[in-house]
Amino acid sequence: MVSFRRIYVDFKVFSIGYFRNKFGLFFGLIFPVVLILIFGAIFSGESGPINVYAQNQDTGAFDQNIGNEFLTALNESSTMRVITVDVSENFTDYLAAHSSSEGIIIPPNFTENYLLEQPVNITVYGSPASSTSGIISGTINGYANYFNLQRFNGIMIIGLNSATVNTSQTSYIDFLVPGLIGFAILTNPMFSLVNIAADYKKNKLFRQLSLTPLTKMEWLIAKVLFYIALSLAGFLLMVGVGVFAFGAHITLSLWLIPFLILGPTLFASLGMLVGTVAKNPETAGVIGNIVTFPMMFLSGTFFPMDFMPSYLQTIAHALPLFYVTEGLNNVMVYNNIPNALVDIAVLGIITLVIFVLAVKLFKWREN
Amino acid sequence: MFSIEVTDLKKSYSGLKAVDGISFKIKQGEVFGLLGPNGAGKTTTIEIMEGLRERDSGDVKILGLDPWKDGYEVHKRIGVIPQDFTFFEKTTPKEAIKYYASLFNVKVDADAILKEVLLDEMEKHVFESLSGGQKQKTGLALSLVNSPEILFLDEPTTGLDPNARRAIWEVIRGLKAKGKTIILTTHYLDEAQQLSDRVAIMDHGHIVAMGTIEEIIEQNGSGERLEIHGDKQLADYIQANTELQVTYDDMKGIITIPLKKKIDMLAALAAAEQSGMKWGEIQTRQDSLDDVFIKLVNDPFGEQIEEEAIEQQQNGNKKGRQ
Repeated sequence: MVSFRRIYVDFKVFSIGYFRNKFGLFFGLIFPVVLILIFGAIFSGESGPINVYAQNQDTGAFDQNIGNEFLTALNESSTMRVITVDVSENFTDYLAAHSSSEGIIIPPNFTENYLLEQPVNITVYGSPASSTSGIISGTINGYANYFNLQRFNGIMIIGLNSATVNTSQTSYIDFLVPGLIGFAILTNPMFSLVNIAADYKKNKLFRQLSLTPLTKMEWLIAKVLFYIALSLAGFLLMVGVGVFAFGAHITLSLWLIPFLILGPTLFASLGMLVGTVAKNPETAGVIGNIVTFPMMFLSGTFFPMDFMPSYLQTIAHALPLFYVTEGLNNVMVYNNIPNALVDIAVLGIITLVIFVLAVKLFKWREN
Repeated sequence: MFSIEVTDLKKSYSGLKAVDGISFKIKQGEVFGLLGPNGAGKTTTIEIMEGLRERDSGDVKILGLDPWKDGYEVHKRIGVIPQDFTFFEKTTPKEAIKYYASLFNVKVDADAILKEVLLDEMEKHVFESLSGGQKQKTGLALSLVNSPEILFLDEPTTGLDPNARRAIWEVIRGLKAKGKTIILTTHYLDEAQQLSDRVAIMDHGHIVAMGTIEEIIEQNGSGERLEIHGDKQLADYIQANTELQVTYDDMKGIITIPLKKKIDMLAALAAAEQSGMKWGEIQTRQDSLDDVFIKLVNDPFGEQIEEEAIEQQQNGNKKGRQ
């Protein structure tokens, strides 16, 4: 029989001990908030225009220099700032010397060819690895078309109106808040229970407790409840900082509650499991890190999943934390409850399995 | 009425026989000392009695119950201090007592218990800041929370300084006066002598001697003997003129005569006087518990063997599970 009185008593003693430990308090509540402040500050506001080096090799004798006009037009666009490079420089060397892979070369006789209506190419340097290259070539392409049309007195038939749907309005901070809440839900119970399980086993505290009426199930439930409470406090703090310091757009809903309960339950049990199967505290720490760190980075905590190649996204679907962060995003950012329900269901099943395994495998006594 | 009955108890760890068929009974209110060198099987025996370890075979009854199968019931009625007692680092002794009281669902006067174990001045210090002796006393305090009928103390003073040891002894004497049955393991002979009504000496998993300390010394010691400081000629003279067995230690210049009867001493001294030779200091000696202990057991490396075997067994179990 599970006794709620004993669970409460153990919960109370554990909480008091936890809050007497300044490190625990720091990593439990303050650290995630510090992370929000740091990441929020790094990514807050619009990033400025992209610097692009350009060399105009057209030094022809015409009154008009179309190359210069083109570069001026680019410079006036909001996306890039053009830095001209003197013709005497070797352009690729110059780019390398300035740690840049993006640049534009206007060829000699550019103006002449343009005026004579002969095809002429602008060379655009870019790197496939860089996300800004796409923006640059797109912008240059747009201006090239514009100049072509102008030359031939073309009329713009199709223009673009900028508009956004709800989803694309989200800024990085909107995404960061649920991500870091997921981070806290993972790391606090996980690291803590890995340590506790291994330490208590080593210094025989579990045996000590086995001499009292407290059962191992009650003991684990008390830890789970504590980390649910801690996650809830962390959640409120992080949402508060996200909204008030960075103006994050967050939807609060009762659908968040299942994630705040299942998440800590899952990771407390997983930590317990790791600490139980490990031979000693050192091994437990190593296994704990092997389990925790990939999950921490691949589950969409610090950056959105879309940034990752598709095979990594597939791997992410196998990580329990993914369903916490995805679910939190579904509720808080996209307000997409049907998808969140799927996350809750998957999370519920994983949690149940891990919890049962942890209770079964962890032993109070020895044979 | 016996509080504890152990019959032909056996336990091995991967082939090593830690406990090899021991039997004993402990009366209610008795203080029973389990003595032996490191690795004799004391801790294994006491852990089986506490219900912390499963036995291989034999019968163990604690207050009439099987400690492994009825562990939950047994634990409500016994108190245990394991070797190297530890507790939650950030919890004070007083909080720990209240925690245990709530778990056992009993009302206790925490201050009275702290006073009983002489820890009342440390009630507000967290466990990790306590000294070794204070930590042991916290363990003792916790083992008293459920008013146990039997107390198991596994090396309660190992590693403590003499003052802390004496303080713990005081507490144990107080508990004995209250009529608690106490099982004590120790490898300090003076501790056993100070506290126990009866002792059992274990070696290599066997009980090699059991009874009161006087009985054990009488049965296993060499008995009383007379020692006379003198030379070889005197020894020969006594040998020749009495029916006594005389041995002579050349190095020390001591003549030793075992006294089968007290009157043998007179015969020996009369012969010595008769010889007209010079003799020095005389004294009678008897084997101490130390002498008997050393005679009965001899394996200074026992402990490592037992501990390694336990560890190996546990690792083996784990490999099996994974």
